[in-house]
Amino acid sequence: MTDRAIRPEVLPLGQAGVLVRFARSVSPEASAAVARFAAEAEGLGCDVAPALASVLLRFDPAQRGRAEVVEAVEGLLDAREWSALADPPAQRLWRVPVALDGPQLAEAAELAGLSVEYTRAELTGGEIRVRALGFAPGMPYLGYLPEHWNIPRQTELTSKVPAGALVVAVRQLVLFTTESKTGWRMVGRSSFRPFVKDAKEPFLLAPGDALRFEEVSAAELEALEDQPLGGARYEVLA
Amino acid sequence: MTRLTLHEVAPGVTVQDMGRPGWGAKGLARGGAADRLALLEAAALLGQRAPCAALELAGAGGRFTVDAPTRFCITGARMKATVEGRPVGHCETVLLAPGEVLRVGGAEAGSYGYLSCAGGVFGDEWLGSRSAHLLAGIGKFLESGAELALGDDPEPEARALVLEPVDRLGGGVLRVMPGPQTELFSDAVRVRFFGTEFQRAPQANRQGVKLDFEGAPFESDTGGLASDFIETGDIQMTGDGRPYVLLAESQTVGGYPRIGTVIAADLPRLAQAQVGDVLRFQSVTLEEADALWEAEADVLARLRKAVAPRVRDPRDIPDLLRYQLVSGAIKGDELERE
Repeated sequence: MTDRAIRPEVLPLGQAGVLVRFARSVSPEASAAVARFAAEAEGLGCDVAPALASVLLRFDPAQRGRAEVVEAVEGLLDAREWSALADPPAQRLWRVPVALDGPQLAEAAELAGLSVEYTRAELTGGEIRVRALGFAPGMPYLGYLPEHWNIPRQTELTSKVPAGALVVAVRQLVLFTTESKTGWRMVGRSSFRPFVKDAKEPFLLAPGDALRFEEVSAAELEALEDQPLGGARYEVLA
Repeated sequence: MTRLTLHEVAPGVTVQDMGRPGWGAKGLARGGAADRLALLEAAALLGQRAPCAALELAGAGGRFTVDAPTRFCITGARMKATVEGRPVGHCETVLLAPGEVLRVGGAEAGSYGYLSCAGGVFGDEWLGSRSAHLLAGIGKFLESGAELALGDDPEPEARALVLEPVDRLGGGVLRVMPGPQTELFSDAVRVRFFGTEFQRAPQANRQGVKLDFEGAPFESDTGGLASDFIETGDIQMTGDGRPYVLLAESQTVGGYPRIGTVIAADLPRLAQAQVGDVLRFQSVTLEEADALWEAEADVLARLRKAVAPRVRDPRDIPDLLRYQLVSGAIKGDELERE
């Protein structure tokens, strides 16, 4: 996390993928470069997917060779400076209710050097952005919390957190869409499920979306379970 | 529409086709058959234009009937199977008539068998595929008593066909191309990795396969590494430095380092390895890996050319006397009588 330099690397990922990695560790600077590059790479005729510090381009080797894709990628990379970029403005702002009563809230707060009270205020006090969808369908990686949240994952995995679990590690929050095993610490719960299998658009969040968590009590959260989007709502910005 | 009834079914049976490509950016892996080649073989045998949905049998089958004549085949793992006591060969088309019971037993070799019917399995489609994707809550394990709709067999009386399956059961060598984290493993660790003999561990499912080996963990310099994209075939070193190779239904992003990626052509061999089967990895360059890529449409075209009519050994036909084996017999004096 200390090395903030953005040095894009063009790497293979499987026989039909080219990965452009802007940094090896997460940082706001790397994510800003990812967002900018992903938008510009849409014109390259590949499937484009952003992650935290990299962009994956999937191509069909029956249509075009790797050399052609790599050349196009390098052309884009050479066209601008990728360091010191700012995030593009968010298209949507979500307000998502959470109960900050996770079993590891106190432990996570201690690792971050904060009181539990301050932690709750901080987790609900600002906007955080969707940096990637992944691991499970529609599951958002959210970043970035302030530097003191650069806390490691647990060495031992928690065998089960429920769908809706809000977990923290390495300046990021993840909102689990399904019950899962995890090495991240669970600080809260939400009734919002960003993956709805039978919806017309099953994946509700998009990379770049901004989120604001709003604290509710456990009882309020329970009541929200039956609400559309679990009580979450969004406004279109821009 | 033809109805397939699963009178009894072993654990771990799901509907699978070629999956849902193109949703990686949303966190959904392609999924689909663990051994894609098995569905291509079935398509070649049954004359399907593209592979249809089939039943993926995770090591054991069950008892099945249909309500209209339909040809089927079993590909992938080699499984004991009979129709009314008549043996069903591996990779051959057989007609199942209403009233007859198809029994599919345990795998003799391989981990995933595929029961494909000529018209394919119909039923719930989501994002263009009928594959169960349990991690995403799509579909489910099939249970005894389930009934599935099949497409009608357009040609149940077509002659029986066989195909020599591509050899991939019992472990062997898997070719590995470099990936984004390969360089985080030292040369010494990589040399040791490619010189190590692995056994498939008991822990394996559609998400991935764990491997056992003797020796020190495979360590890497991956402190503070950002979570990054996963490709099917990626060899991930979990926290204890032991390999876990990701399969069709893997997560799409992960934080563990990956020493390389098993090429697509060798994933069926990996998926089919049984507990204890020996697996080795062979390093190939990026250029070699790219040259080894083959479009599945081309694989299917190749398999179609290899399909041949079945010639059965009479000793394998228990009800031989039912067949009219001699016809057009003559007395020998017909010409003289003319």
